[in-house]
Amino acid sequence: MVDVTRKYVIPGELVSEGKYKNSLNVFRVEDKYYSTRVGMAEITPDSVRVIPLTGPYIPRVDDLVVGKIVDYSAFAWEVDINSCFYAYLPAQNVFGRDYSPARNELTQKFAVGDLIAAKVMAFDRTRDPLLSLSGPGLGKIRQGEVVKISPTKVPRVIGKKGSMIRAVEMGTNCRLTVAQNGLIVISGPTEGIIKAISALRLIEKEAHVADLTQKVQTLLSVKVDEKSESESDGEQEE
Amino acid sequence: MSKSSITKLLDAKGVRHDGRKFNELRPVTMKVGVLENADGSAYIEFGKNKIMAAVYGPREVHPKHMSVPDRSVLRCRYHMTPFSTDTRKNPAPSRREIEISKVIREGLEPALILTDYPRTAIEVYLEVLQSDGGSRCASITAASLALADAGINMRDLVVGCAAGKIEGRVVVDLDDVEDKEGEGDMPMAILPNLGQVTLLQLDGRFSRKEFDEAFKLAKDGCMKVYDIQRKALMEKYFGAEETGEQ
Repeated sequence: MVDVTRKYVIPGELVSEGKYKNSLNVFRVEDKYYSTRVGMAEITPDSVRVIPLTGPYIPRVDDLVVGKIVDYSAFAWEVDINSCFYAYLPAQNVFGRDYSPARNELTQKFAVGDLIAAKVMAFDRTRDPLLSLSGPGLGKIRQGEVVKISPTKVPRVIGKKGSMIRAVEMGTNCRLTVAQNGLIVISGPTEGIIKAISALRLIEKEAHVADLTQKVQTLLSVKVDEKSESESDGEQEE
Repeated sequence: MSKSSITKLLDAKGVRHDGRKFNELRPVTMKVGVLENADGSAYIEFGKNKIMAAVYGPREVHPKHMSVPDRSVLRCRYHMTPFSTDTRKNPAPSRREIEISKVIREGLEPALILTDYPRTAIEVYLEVLQSDGGSRCASITAASLALADAGINMRDLVVGCAAGKIEGRVVVDLDDVEDKEGEGDMPMAILPNLGQVTLLQLDGRFSRKEFDEAFKLAKDGCMKVYDIQRKALMEKYFGAEETGEQ
């Protein structure tokens, strides 16, 4: 393990001085690196990074997103992906190469208000994100409960190599689809969904705390009578 | 005005009408994340000033033709509620409010990395619930907290504090009476870590020496306010825990 120094920072705070190869969410003035976000700074010998605790979702290529269809034209659906940009899902991507607006009706596939899981196919500063449905598990979401969390806390919900998400899935008998834009689809038995939501709220609230996976494991694997207690705690947090 | 006949702004010992010394600020408290529906929010009490700041965005620009291809549009609205003053204030934006909105926007812009959010708008709403002089400085302080709470990339926080001149003496942080009866007012906003000035206005006549003195007082005032601002932000995100290295 490389030695990592961690500290809590706010915008404008000096994170580190020196020469670094990689940086994230920092602003450099000569040799000084200042944080641009509220979050946890991680300093290793060749990188300075600030893991933000709050912020909007900015799409990136290959991100899994959950979005809501808000509109459609002759060639594409417009999708709200919980970002400052509306995403477009081209009709060709759904109907195939030989899509023709004269033959195919977009509403046959998705209506306004439908939820979809999709991948960001293309996005840069100059254009709105384009979505794609080609891939396993992508398409219309037919069942489950959608929970919205802060997009900056998604990595925490997933955990190292998916450890956190596995803990929640095992403890609740539910399947979780965690999208990068902060929307999470939970499907499974009702009581499992309730438990999963309280676990997610805990993760969101204590995202900056170490050993969170263990905390969640204890929350989810306690006995039945204690379980109901911790669940009501979770509701109070909301 | 009748107020000046009741109290003298500065007594023989150099104590101000409310008991402060020349370099003493009014009590300041701040709270981050007070509004559920805004992307970021903050509340500040600066003496008798009570100001709520809310930030929305980055979000889509409406009307769309106002969007800028390579950066975000920053919009600020400073507004005084009708009940914020002792006689009712017309809620319509006045000349003064439009000007303050503009200077606050220009005071915040250098702190924000707007090029990170092309074709979007960031909107800052400042609602003065109770006013008592120096509200533009308090507003800019609250606005930068709300922006940090919204998670918008910033070079630094912005913090504001005024200096002024009453009865020939340069003092820090004028309140309403001192502002109206005094001889000059100099609001200032700075980026505390980068050491840059983003807002500097001056109303009144200052000699070169007085200006230098006022500048220093306002800067020291800003740094004091920054300590409180920093603590407020730390408290929201990291609770009462140690703020140093882990």
